[in-house]
Amino acid sequence: MDARLTAEQRELRDAAARLAADLGPKSVLDLADAERAARLEKAVAATGWRTLRSDGASGVEVALVAEEFGRGLVDAPFLGPSLADDLRPGAPGTTIAAGGTAVDAKGCTEAVVLDGAEVRAGDVGAPVPGADLTRVNAAITGPLRAVAEPPPEHAARWPALAIVVTCADLVGAARGAHALACDYAKVREQYGRAIGANQAVAHPLAEGLALIEGSVSVLRHAAWAVDELPAADALRAARIAKVYCADAARTVCETAVQVHGGIGNTWDCLAHVFLRRALASAHLFPVRLEEIDLGLS
Amino acid sequence: MDYRDAPAEAAFRERLRAWLAERAADFPTSGDDYWTRQGDWHRALYGAGFFGLSWPREHGGQELPPVYDVILDEELARAGAPPRPSLGYLVQGLGRHGSAELRRRFLPGMIAGTERWCQGFSEPGAGSDLASLTTTAARDGDAYVVHGHKIWTSYSDVADHCLLLARTDPDAPRHKGISAFVIAMDQPGVEQRPLRMINGVTTEFGQVLFDGARVPADRMVGAPGEGWALAMTVVGHEREPSTLGYAARYGKVVRELAARTGDAPPRELAWAAVQTEMLRLHVRRRLSEQLDGVVHGPDGSLDKLLMTWAEQAVGHAALAVGGAADPDLLATYLYSRAQSVMGGTSQIQKNIIAARILGLGA
Repeated sequence: MDARLTAEQRELRDAAARLAADLGPKSVLDLADAERAARLEKAVAATGWRTLRSDGASGVEVALVAEEFGRGLVDAPFLGPSLADDLRPGAPGTTIAAGGTAVDAKGCTEAVVLDGAEVRAGDVGAPVPGADLTRVNAAITGPLRAVAEPPPEHAARWPALAIVVTCADLVGAARGAHALACDYAKVREQYGRAIGANQAVAHPLAEGLALIEGSVSVLRHAAWAVDELPAADALRAARIAKVYCADAARTVCETAVQVHGGIGNTWDCLAHVFLRRALASAHLFPVRLEEIDLGLS
Repeated sequence: MDYRDAPAEAAFRERLRAWLAERAADFPTSGDDYWTRQGDWHRALYGAGFFGLSWPREHGGQELPPVYDVILDEELARAGAPPRPSLGYLVQGLGRHGSAELRRRFLPGMIAGTERWCQGFSEPGAGSDLASLTTTAARDGDAYVVHGHKIWTSYSDVADHCLLLARTDPDAPRHKGISAFVIAMDQPGVEQRPLRMINGVTTEFGQVLFDGARVPADRMVGAPGEGWALAMTVVGHEREPSTLGYAARYGKVVRELAARTGDAPPRELAWAAVQTEMLRLHVRRRLSEQLDGVVHGPDGSLDKLLMTWAEQAVGHAALAVGGAADPDLLATYLYSRAQSVMGGTSQIQKNIIAARILGLGA
């Protein structure tokens, strides 16, 4: 039994973190910087990470990149195209659809959905409003057409992969929001001292770190399970991770808003950008408590 | 990365499973019956080669990687056996701070269960603020004479020895005047008083009054004034992932509750299942990190918080399934309330995380 990342996986994680830190938005104003966004898109495209799955990478690798991109609020598509690549390799500009909407669809022309054993595709239309300020959802125009039929064993694993990648994005958003709040708690002064010196502020931040560590633990296992456990067990692991990570990320992001006080409730504070991203990932391939299998191992 | 058992781990699991199938049913798993028979259970486990797995060979351990403790805990829970006796923190305290002579004399019996131990740290006036302890040990020839009142002393009524913190230098700064001793419990000047907990159990915790009890000077653990360092070692290991073996036990409770609720389990039970699985996987990740030689410092406080939340979620699930009327489930719930207090309160854990990991100190 060994739950450690390999050296290659740690390198991939660090590279994704560097890219996000270099070119991701560092402020709400940065979100509107088209030149930065274009450089980010070019850099992400150059890594080839959107085709990790068809290049033979495991769920762990995809999750590592998704987590770092969530942490850095990367506003170039990754989650959608990566999941699409698992269903329909060799089709750049393709993302996924969920609930009749193309997800994470910026710059994409086609969206695919797994319908039973069949992969069906539709054209991506105009953007639709959503909570997330870093990723764009869009309408699907015209009827869906059958484009592929992956091997049943492969298709059976896709739902677990899809849930796991949303979990990774949630963990990343939680980590980013938590770091933002901790930094602020060290510099914001009231009553003549940093607010983080008060237990009333410090304790929710301490709880947040514990929630993040618990989230990493369930995510890591679920990401490994995507390729290594029978499909039903992989889905079970993914569902547990989703329930835990979605709850944890919302709590951590809400804490980040609260720690920022009045400023945290203004548009120009990044805290709500993390919260919005977390909400979007929580509601993409959602899992309800009623779906949790109580037959624990 | 592979969460599955390696071949040697699988073989160990098989042997353990076979042994448990024969022996587990002989030992009670809860309440006063459990605490009364805990010594027998400890010796049976050790005798069969299933206890002290990761501890040094020279003291009777097997020096296996810590993941074997996880396998042990999982199989104990699966078999419905009692949990593994929780001793790691005492082994670490004595092992790290005791002289070679003290280690040779005491660790083998502690690990094998032939000598029973308790821990004399907390006092009525020194809980979270342990350094304010007032029990004294005054030098008298070749011995120290101890006066003071200890509380929350687990299994004090059956203990042969106590790892005791006492003030040896009343004039030193409060953290520096404390020393640690191995004191014999069976002597005049040691009075035992039981402590009845909110779930009705009386045999888990005790109070001990020292009134002129004697301890030879060569049973001081470490140097005079080293008691605080030993205390930090012990409480740090109380929060270590490998001592969070109860994680596996929560899974057993959740399965039992699920069997009683059928098709419509309460939401509290599903949430407890999620928390329990989180903790199981968290312990596995933490123990894997130890393979890299990662030494756990303040991180243990994160593990302790996660464990507390899991146990209290299971407690709430027991309440949701049984209401307050089912005495066993009520006891499970009530016992869970102590988890956020024992081994350092959740508030203290959060102080440690905030100051030492997040850098939010005052």
